[in-house]
Formats: sequence, structure tokens, C-alpha cells
Amino acid sequence: MIKVEGLVKSYGELEVLKGIDYEVKEKEVICVIGASGSGKSTFLRCINLLEEITDGSVYIEDVKVNDPKTDINQIRTDVGMVFQQFNLFPHMNVLSNITISPIKIRKMPEKEAEELAYELLKKVGLSDKAMNYPEQLSGGQMQRVAIARALAMKPKVMLFDEPTSALDPEMVKEVLDVMKQLAKEGMTMIVVTHEMGFAREVADRVVFIDGGYLVEEGTPEEIFSNPKNERTKAFLGKIL
Amino acid sequence: MSIRFDILWNYKDLFIRGIWITLGLTIVGYTCGVLLGLLFGLGRLSKKKWVHYPCKWYIDFFRGTPLLVQILLIHLAVIPTIFGHSLGFFVSGAIALMLNCSAYSAEIFRAGIQSLDKGQMEAARSLGMPHGLAMKQIILPQAFRRMVPPLGNELIALLKDSSLVTVIAATDILYAAKVVAGASFRVWEPYILAAILYLMLTWVCTKIIAYVEKRFSTSYVPSKRPKAFSFSRTISDGR
Repeated sequence: MIKVEGLVKSYGELEVLKGIDYEVKEKEVICVIGASGSGKSTFLRCINLLEEITDGSVYIEDVKVNDPKTDINQIRTDVGMVFQQFNLFPHMNVLSNITISPIKIRKMPEKEAEELAYELLKKVGLSDKAMNYPEQLSGGQMQRVAIARALAMKPKVMLFDEPTSALDPEMVKEVLDVMKQLAKEGMTMIVVTHEMGFAREVADRVVFIDGGYLVEEGTPEEIFSNPKNERTKAFLGKIL
Repeated sequence: MSIRFDILWNYKDLFIRGIWITLGLTIVGYTCGVLLGLLFGLGRLSKKKWVHYPCKWYIDFFRGTPLLVQILLIHLAVIPTIFGHSLGFFVSGAIALMLNCSAYSAEIFRAGIQSLDKGQMEAARSLGMPHGLAMKQIILPQAFRRMVPPLGNELIALLKDSSLVTVIAATDILYAAKVVAGASFRVWEPYILAAILYLMLTWVCTKIIAYVEKRFSTSYVPSKRPKAFSFSRTISDGR
């Protein structure tokens, strides 16, 4: 479903990704782990072209994302993204945060979009917060709204960029629970995370990125219990 | 020397006309200038070089040259060249103030937009919004709040700078004072009156700006915003 070929990303002289090849199949949940600055977030952001790709290519359902002829806005409607800092729109209430993109981009009637929003809010456990503004919510609640907002476009893939890293510890679980639910429903997901427990439990495959290279990948069992590469061992040794 | 304000009474029509001209020039110049400034501000932020550079040059020119020079250039050179004759002081004055104001407000718009967290634009784009839609729905509504104080300053500055149109014989407040000074051979009374009139106008502007600021610079939550005309100093905190 998503195919990454020889992906290189550099900022001027600094090469962050040094040629990554990977393929994600439909309904797979991939967890990307690695140290800070290893390039794992950049890898994720190249998939929906939030970062310009320097070299190589990314395909989503056989459409080349970094082709000048591709309508990137069209691609992005099928790729939901959840950010570390939530990035909810502070000037809109929760309901409008969720309905704005279906109404403005999918041209969905307002009524229908609101029904969809309430359905999604129920799913993330925030039915009673529809009329609240982001500043009135806790971090965990904001992140769940952000997930609902991304889901409102009915994406085929969801990208999560360290979704729990900015949260207070007691709020991490409520967000992870929503993500587990999504995974169970068969959503294709790529999750950049430091939550090894989540990766072990939910991921179909775990990818370890270090220094801009995809160093090792495998099932959670293979990576966490029996890592082969020295760098993977060193990284896991530090955090587990 | 005795100060005699009563002699000014004979010239009251001149001053009243002056107030209208000053107000008219300021309002037209400011409104058009801010709208035009939005275009130049967005243009300056554009990644397209052929949009970016002309906007930048425009802003640099109008911020880097004196308004007095701009007024004279427009009134004596630009307009007569284009139309073959003068269109009167009001048109020239309003255009000069508009162009000058647009350059300053373009920078205010640019700074306001750039001050927003770039995650806002990323979130909007990641949902599939094209750049223009994201700008209109997500960025500008938030950026506008941050622009209220500097745009307010710009209004007051423009109101005062509008006195420079006196040089093209625009009959504004300062012009009235000059005429009276010339006719009555008195300097204190007419110029003090002019100062007081400008002060009153800027005072009204300050009040309007303070109100707009209060409305927009607080919370996004409607129920936490101060009421339109509230006499209490504190915002209801739910108790």
C-alpha cells in the first residue's frame, strides 16, 4: 500500500535520511522506533510530503507522491496525520475542528459532517466536548480530538508522529487506547513512538531507524526479544 | 501678549471642514491601505520569486522614503502624468496615504502570519486543504488577533501623518490653522487648537482600538470574552 524507495532527505549539507526502502501492506500497524534525531519523524513526514523529498520516491497505492503531476492535496485527504503537539485549530470549537475539512474539501453537507463528527467523538470518548474549545481540554483530550479530526476525512492510512510524547503520563493511556481500537478495526497505521509497550502489543512490524538508515525491522518479538543488529541492541538496552 | 481663543470662532467653519477632511483622508487611506497591505503581505510571503520580489521592493520603497516626498510625487508627477491634470488634493492625498499605509500593514500581516506556530499550517495541509483555503480558514483568523495592536498603532500614526497633505493645499485641520495664523497674525491660538483637535481624534481612535483589542485578544471561548459594553472590570470567572 505504501512503498518507499531509496528515500533521501537532506537539509542543505545535512543528510537526515540516507536511503530508506520499506513497504507497508494494507491493515498493517508499523511502529517506528529510534533515538531523537535519528530521522524517524522526518521519514514519516516525507510520506505525506510535509517535507520535500530530496531523492528517491514514495508511492501510496501505486501513485508516486513526489511526482510534480500528482495532486498532493488529493493524496493528503487519504493520509491522516496526528502530531506530537496536537495542532488543533484554537479558534474553532471541537465540532468545527472535525467538520471543517469534510465540509470544505469533501463538500459534505454540514448536517452530515456533524453527524460524522459526533460519531467520531463517541468513538474517542468525547461526545460531551463537541462545543468546547481546544484551550478547555486536557492534552489527552486534545490528542483524541486530533485523531477524530484526521479520521473525519476517512483516510486509508494514519500517520502518528510521537502522539503521546507531549502528554502528561496519566493521559498517555487514553490516547493509546484509542489507537489500539483503530488498529483492531483494521486501519493501516505508521506510528513513530517511544512507547515500547504499545509497539510490542499492537505493532505488526517494528522498524528501527538510526542515523538516517533503516537498521533493522521485524515482528515485535524479533526486535524486542532477539535483536540482531548491534545498534538495535544498544538502543533497546538503554531504554528497556 | 494675551491669548484670545475667541477670535478662532470666526473661523470655525474652516476647522470643521478640516476635521472632515482629516477624518476622510485617514479613513479612506487606512481602509484601502490595510486591504492592499494584506495582498502585499501575502505576496511577500509567497515562495514564487516573481511575486515575492516585487512585493518586497514595493514595501521597501514606501517604508524607506518620506511620506512627504510620496505625497508630492503622487500629486505633482504621477497623477498629472496618468490623467493629464490634477484630480484634486483629496484623491492625491488619499492615494499617498493608502500606499504608505499598505506598505506598513503588509509588514504587520507578514509578522502576524509568521508568528503563528507552523504546526497550524501543517495540520491544515495534512488534512488536504490547499494553501489558500488553509490561509483563509486557519491562519488568517488566528493571525488577525495578533495584528490588532500594531494595526491600531498604524491607524493613529496615519491620522497624525495625514497632516502632511497640507503641502498640496488639502484643507485639513493643519491647513485651517495655517490659514488662520496667516490671516490673524496670531500663532498660539490656531496651532494649539489644531493640536487639540488632533488629540481628540486620536483619543477616539485609542478608545475604539482598546475595545477591539479587548474583544479579540482574550480567549477564543465565546463565553470567556468580555461583553460588548461591560461596566465591570473583571471577566466573569464562573463564581
